[in-house]
Amino acid sequence: MKGVIYTETVVFAPPEQFAADAPYQLVIVTLEDGKRLTARIAGERVAIGYAVELTETRNRIPFFSKK
Amino acid sequence: MREVAVIGIGKTAFGAFADRDLRSLAVEAGLACLGDAGVSPSQIEAFYLGNFAGPSFVGQNHLAPYIAGAMGVEHVPCTRFEAACASSGSAFFHAVASVASGMYDLVLVGGVEKMTSQTTPKVTEILAGAGDMAGEGRAGATFPALFAMIARRHMYQYGTTREQLAAVAVKNHSNGAKNPQAHMRKVITMEQALNGKLIADPLTVYDCSLVSDGAAAVLICPLERASEFTSKPVVVKGIAQTSDHVALDEKDDITTFRAVKEAAQKAYKMAGVTASDIQFAELHDCFTIAEIVATEDLGFVEKGSGGPYVLEGKTCLRGERPINTSGGLKSKGHPVGATGVAQICDVVLQIRGDAGDRQIARHDLGLTQNLGGSGATAVVTILGSA
Repeated sequence: MKGVIYTETVVFAPPEQFAADAPYQLVIVTLEDGKRLTARIAGERVAIGYAVELTETRNRIPFFSKK
Repeated sequence: MREVAVIGIGKTAFGAFADRDLRSLAVEAGLACLGDAGVSPSQIEAFYLGNFAGPSFVGQNHLAPYIAGAMGVEHVPCTRFEAACASSGSAFFHAVASVASGMYDLVLVGGVEKMTSQTTPKVTEILAGAGDMAGEGRAGATFPALFAMIARRHMYQYGTTREQLAAVAVKNHSNGAKNPQAHMRKVITMEQALNGKLIADPLTVYDCSLVSDGAAAVLICPLERASEFTSKPVVVKGIAQTSDHVALDEKDDITTFRAVKEAAQKAYKMAGVTASDIQFAELHDCFTIAEIVATEDLGFVEKGSGGPYVLEGKTCLRGERPINTSGGLKSKGHPVGATGVAQICDVVLQIRGDAGDRQIARHDLGLTQNLGGSGATAVVTILGSA
């Protein structure tokens, strides 16, 4: 699954259940079919317009990385 | 439809009150409101309550009759409305409809939230429940994160800057410092606002509204009966509630709140006015970017111009269109279920000319905009002098 970053943030104040993950980058990706998906970034920080691809799904959370 | 007037207002101070429970806050606001109008609890024909998450924050359900009974409002319909941070705006909308229809004459509308008995991570988690927990919530979205993503996209599309975001916080704190009932009566500088601790990049702690306890109430009746209760009735000139997708990633363009635009157009039409007629407003600044987007969605400025509008001082207390003279959610505080009705109280205070140190010169026609979640519910109300 591939897409382009539509918007992003880095979360420093997480909800209780993700306390151990912070800080983490949260993004909305525009997928190839035009649909959007809220996901996380694994690895290098990305910005709006970056091309990304799905690298893994952990605890039902999709993780994308810079292509 | 009958015209509807606000004849009483009442609010608690907003803040972190370790010794106060939810019910005592709501009762204090409700009784203050009834006292303002000189109406006894036994005269109330229905009670509409806005509350977002009492069951999660304090473990209490069935809140409307629970609060009404403690006020002495008994044996009438008592109903809780939940629409995230627009809960009491929605309660007010439905209450106005019930009076306009002729079903009731005297309806009390309350809003309350007791948030500070939980830790910040737990509050963050409860608030996240106003989003789509099967999608964005599961991925780790918080409300600061959702609005940070809105801010990022707004900056990308329109060149909005960190300084423009910070200008909202500086302005609202300046106003809130003049409000004796505000949660944080503290002036802040641009430098402080720009250098706050990051919560969700690019939003710092100064871009985020406060976690507060508090309650507010208003009493409404048909305009034709208003003079029985007050010499200064405030007329509901226009009101609309609309909705949109709950999930941010299901919206085509996240730099605008479609529900706000649609509610505003309906409310303007009902009131027979345009955006340029609105002299002042209480807007839903849950985050600084939200106030900027609201000024655009309401038609106060063109799309993308909300940042310069606030930075140039047009919306400050002595500006051409003062926004959030109460201090807004940023400084007054944001007990989420109380916010919609509190906004009504603050506009009524200005129209009556009773806003003290923060009273503005042109105060005949004001607007409130109450937002639920990341824009899934919007309520816009236009209030004017009789």
